[in-house]
Amino acid sequence: MLKTVLAPRFAVPLVLAVLVVGLSFALPSNFYLRVAALVWISALAVIGLNLLMGYAGQVSLGHAGFFGIGAYAVAVLPAQFSLHPLLAALAGALAAGLLAYVVGRPILRLKGHYLAVATLGFGMLIAMTISNEAWLTGGPDGMPVERLTLLGWRVRGADTWYWITGGLLVIGAWIAGNLVASPTGRALRALHDSEVAARVAGIDVARAKLTVFVISAVYAAVAGAALALVNGFVTPDKANFMHSIELVTMVVLGGMGSILGSVAGAAILVVLPQVLTSFHDYEHMVLGLIMMVIMIVLRSGIVPGLASLLTGRRK
Amino acid sequence: MNAPSTPLLAVEEIGISFGGVKAVDHVSFTASPGEVFSIIGPNGAGKTTLFNLVSGVYQPKTGSVRLAGETVTALEPNLLAARGLSRTFQNLQVFFRMSARENVMVGRHLKERRGLLAHLLALPSTGRQNRESTEHADRLLARVGLSDHADTAAANMPYGALKRLEIARALAAEPKVLLLDEPAAGCNPVETEEIERLIRKIADEGVAVVLVEHDMKLVMRISDRILVLDQGRMLAEGLATDIRSNPKVIEAYLGTHGTREANLALD
Repeated sequence: MLKTVLAPRFAVPLVLAVLVVGLSFALPSNFYLRVAALVWISALAVIGLNLLMGYAGQVSLGHAGFFGIGAYAVAVLPAQFSLHPLLAALAGALAAGLLAYVVGRPILRLKGHYLAVATLGFGMLIAMTISNEAWLTGGPDGMPVERLTLLGWRVRGADTWYWITGGLLVIGAWIAGNLVASPTGRALRALHDSEVAARVAGIDVARAKLTVFVISAVYAAVAGAALALVNGFVTPDKANFMHSIELVTMVVLGGMGSILGSVAGAAILVVLPQVLTSFHDYEHMVLGLIMMVIMIVLRSGIVPGLASLLTGRRK
Repeated sequence: MNAPSTPLLAVEEIGISFGGVKAVDHVSFTASPGEVFSIIGPNGAGKTTLFNLVSGVYQPKTGSVRLAGETVTALEPNLLAARGLSRTFQNLQVFFRMSARENVMVGRHLKERRGLLAHLLALPSTGRQNRESTEHADRLLARVGLSDHADTAAANMPYGALKRLEIARALAAEPKVLLLDEPAAGCNPVETEEIERLIRKIADEGVAVVLVEHDMKLVMRISDRILVLDQGRMLAEGLATDIRSNPKVIEAYLGTHGTREANLALD
């Protein structure tokens, strides 16, 4: 009984840690390590969004906005105020969390499609602000990001970033798993299924939604900051709604309410476009087709879908 | 049966209208610790609406609700839960994606330690809390006869079992007042008998049980007092024996020409 409570919490980060270590041997060149690092970063943002969507059942089509806040924090703050990039990343995560807290109060009263449109509008607002304030952000052209130095050591190289982002992913998955298995996580999953029953059970539904919205915003901002540091450059397209849609697609494709699924979804949408470049003009058609087939065959997403196929359960 | 002591739950002149129809119209009742107070009436009489008003799901237009002497009218359901009021639902409101055990653990929410940081970092206090909630949930599942289903997803459980799961979830909060909305609906006679014993035991432990139920035999056996609703209004209130022989009640149930069936239903 104790095992059933604890096992998934440790199993998922362990599987991911093994994956990160194993792939480091298997991947033949820096190019692949770099792609893998991009997967880890996306997966981190997707895990956060999955807490909101897959577990608590609340959609957000504006999460790229939080991603952008994290990314631009590590670009702007060191450039303008000579802040250390790590402190800048921390400030970006705090700012995203604070903004989510302020915006979440009115927005999270909405449900379903209305919540989707409201979060979409909110995300676009952030993207437009970043694009328009060219004096600060470089506008549509983006801006360079100061290289990260830790105690005099310049962090550089695809392999270094591979390990840092892989470590972030394992920690992020561990924290998310902790949350899901805690009283707060049970409250989130409960309100997903029945808000009225959750309220009667004593759950402050508005507060629970706000909590997970803030947490997921912080995940997105940390991922954004990591991407900016890895790339050494930020562009506003990472804050715009196409990226928000991409994150949502990763959640659904990988599996709602599955932390491993978040990684699978991110991997598919980061890796496939690289693989499919050989199709040239048809790249996006093939990608779209693959996504459709996955959703038709594995309705509940890659990881939950495969799991139920393997255990022979329906749905 | 226990003599009614000071009322724990006091509902006064409560009412609500939907589109001009008075769904509940100035209804008053009290429930005391150790008592089973039943609300009966034909379909559409306003029983479930009354539950929704008392439990804070609907905001009443008129009247008041007092819980242990404190006015709690129109308070949010989660705040009412914190003051000791819990309920089940006629149309099941279980957490279908969660296991039976987790459903009951959610019911324990108010008694759980809620430090977000401890939850995120899985500090020892969270582990202890999870074990405590798990054990408590397992005891309650055993109490309602669902031990075999503990790990079953609620979505895969039969209707009658889900009714009992809702009772276990409501009990997890250790309520002082428990509203049960048709707990025996869809149950076979054996299950109904189990539910009856369970309700009686809950009341004997000092909970004020308010029951809405269509199974008249069960109601007549178990109730200390009965309130009859018809078209949102109070038709009669009193001891089970008085209600059974009340001609107004018989008429409301089956109309003037249905006395024979009414007698059968109420016997």
